[in-house]
Amino acid sequence: MNRLSSVQDLEVLRREILARQSKMLKWIRVCCGPACHSRGGEKLARAFQRYVEENNLSDRYLVKPTGCNGFCAEGPTVVIEPDNLFYGHVGIERVPEIMERTVIGGELIEDLLYVDRETGSRVLREREIPFYAKQLRLVMEDTAANHTTEIDDYISRGGYSALARALSEMTPEQVIAEVKGAGLRGRGGGGFPAGVKWESCRRARGEIKYVMCNADEGDPGAYMDRAVLEGNPHVVIEGMIIAAYAIGAGEGYIYCRYEYPLAVKNGNHALDRARAYGLLGKNILGTGFDFDIYLNRGAGAFICGESTALMASLEGKIGEPRGKHIHTVEKGLWNRPSNLNNVETYANVPQIINRGGKWYASIGTERSKGTKIFSLVGKINNTGLVEVAMGTPLRKIVYEIGGGIPQGKRLKAVQTGGPSGGCIPEELIDLPVDYEKLKEAGSMMGSGGMIVMDEETCMVDVARYFLNFLTEESCGKCVPCRVGVKRMHEIVTAICEGRGTPADVDQLEKMGRTLQEASLCGLGKSAPNPVLSTIRYFRHEYEAHVRDRKCPAKVCKPLLTYEIDTEKCTGCGRCRIKCPSGAVIGAKKECHCIDEELCVRCGICIESCKFGAITIE
Amino acid sequence: MELNLTDVDAIIDHWGPKPDSLLQIMLDINHRFRFLPRESMERVAERLRMPVSQVFGVANFFKVFRLKPQGRVLVHVCTGTACHVKGTPRLLDRIQQDLHLRPGDTTEDLSLTLETVNCVGACASAPVVVVDGVTYGQATPTEISQLAKKLMETNKA
Repeated sequence: MNRLSSVQDLEVLRREILARQSKMLKWIRVCCGPACHSRGGEKLARAFQRYVEENNLSDRYLVKPTGCNGFCAEGPTVVIEPDNLFYGHVGIERVPEIMERTVIGGELIEDLLYVDRETGSRVLREREIPFYAKQLRLVMEDTAANHTTEIDDYISRGGYSALARALSEMTPEQVIAEVKGAGLRGRGGGGFPAGVKWESCRRARGEIKYVMCNADEGDPGAYMDRAVLEGNPHVVIEGMIIAAYAIGAGEGYIYCRYEYPLAVKNGNHALDRARAYGLLGKNILGTGFDFDIYLNRGAGAFICGESTALMASLEGKIGEPRGKHIHTVEKGLWNRPSNLNNVETYANVPQIINRGGKWYASIGTERSKGTKIFSLVGKINNTGLVEVAMGTPLRKIVYEIGGGIPQGKRLKAVQTGGPSGGCIPEELIDLPVDYEKLKEAGSMMGSGGMIVMDEETCMVDVARYFLNFLTEESCGKCVPCRVGVKRMHEIVTAICEGRGTPADVDQLEKMGRTLQEASLCGLGKSAPNPVLSTIRYFRHEYEAHVRDRKCPAKVCKPLLTYEIDTEKCTGCGRCRIKCPSGAVIGAKKECHCIDEELCVRCGICIESCKFGAITIE
Repeated sequence: MELNLTDVDAIIDHWGPKPDSLLQIMLDINHRFRFLPRESMERVAERLRMPVSQVFGVANFFKVFRLKPQGRVLVHVCTGTACHVKGTPRLLDRIQQDLHLRPGDTTEDLSLTLETVNCVGACASAPVVVVDGVTYGQATPTEISQLAKKLMETNKA
């Protein structure tokens, strides 16, 4: 690899790569995103590669292990370009068949095509599948097209041209003006305008400044940062270098979750490649600008997604936050001016520089611009990563893109914003999703997790789940959060176990408001959100728990009773044998019954009953 | 237990004996020994010129670090939100019922450690269990309980 010593060098390199690529007849995109990876996507890509090599076809067909393609429910997915043919649920044993029949033979393999749930017809092309057609994919499209470990592939699609443009044609002030004009807001949760942050950091006094990328994606149920960093690390790196240029920083850090080993590996590999090309280090592209990035791993603390805690942890201290009266853009890491943005925020920067802030600002709503990636998971048919313009109605995301709720069940709520967010009830399904509207509804954007819940999800249990999470993750520095969250967790647990009183619900609301007012950092301030929003929209469920001692969704174990339907039970004895606590009693060929005292409500009997005779009341 | 400190020194030298390397050094030690031996923490404190209490504080604060030896195989049950609504509690209940293991427990013969993890980012395959880096999606209670039982047997000392 030769170091690129000027902007022209980058252009020459790009043309070389394109000339090389143009010899390819077809290329096969194999998704290696988080979900496909866990279902063998990487092995699949290797199998394609082996086939191509063994049959001496590498000069005609290119196999690309790519970043996340988004449609995780169909994984592992394969797309054959330039025809854009989409195959889902591809097993490794189908590789020779796909190569022979489709890639070489140009024929379709019917059973691998996507079937539209509504019409029942097969869809050939990726772009025609409703899941993709209804989205506005900017960051995700590039990620899905990107070879996870090849910098050349990124450059071939115009990668690092935004950096070249910023360094050679724009002043740092112009870069900031462009990002401000785009209206790009922090994608990590806070929603603070990125351009304004950069400007304050540029103005802050200090010789040494830092640019940091928050890849400590702690929200359970959100994985877009993992997907982007794993699948398209260069777009994040390019965004960071542009930010560093705008701010005047010389050093950068990516703080990545320990739980994402592949993101660490691909990120580090990408940094090495960028360094080898001279896109990082001294005198970038011969413009005299110096900047380098280091990747640090976190160690499993949710609080380290909070800016000041993250910086403390980078300094080798306990990850505790501090008060925000001194801004991190003035005194952050090592008490020097520091700019921290999230993975997705940086990933949006190169396209803003390339296509202009005005273009970016034309997408979205009045105050929320551009697109946002959501991880659509939980009780939904089309699980996956979904990118839509800000302001897209929730209904469109859940039903048109997400394909609705499995098994014809009814939607109950959509949880957004992770442990800091809240639940949006079914009544608000037409809510346009942007920063403001979510906040008004008592939730927040967060990093973009969208967990769909159906009638079988107990909202009190959801609140308890998040409080349990936050009790474990509270750093313990300030009292409201350390003690308050714990007490709230105790109260909600009591409600779930049938020990609650009506006064408890009011008490929860009161404590929640105190926490919002008095906690030190964002974690504590937003900790009551899951409880307050579920009380706001699902008070009747809380009341059912405290008044009637019933869990309407049949989730909270201590409030359930297992019963055997005398009509349906044949006395086969399967449940009696399987029951671990010996709670099923009855003679052979006679109707059985369950001893409520002994029953541990594990559900094994329901699983084993062939006649559907056991029900939960 | 006699501990080979050369490995610890090598890790410290790789990252450089400076305070901002602390977390990275500790992660590597934790990975190498599968926990943080006391002597290693003392060594780190000495080489990084910081009080042992700071090293110990960090070790206590972050979830990844272990102060006790781990089992030969690590089973991580994901407790992310998507996994929760799709049935993680039932997985954990079953494991406890069948194998008498609770999250955080290690079997007596050090064959297996059961842990929970707050989201591994594989939400589309929920509920998810990760065994030494290999992800099992759409896990059912029976499957996981049997898997854990098998792992305990194959990893006996």
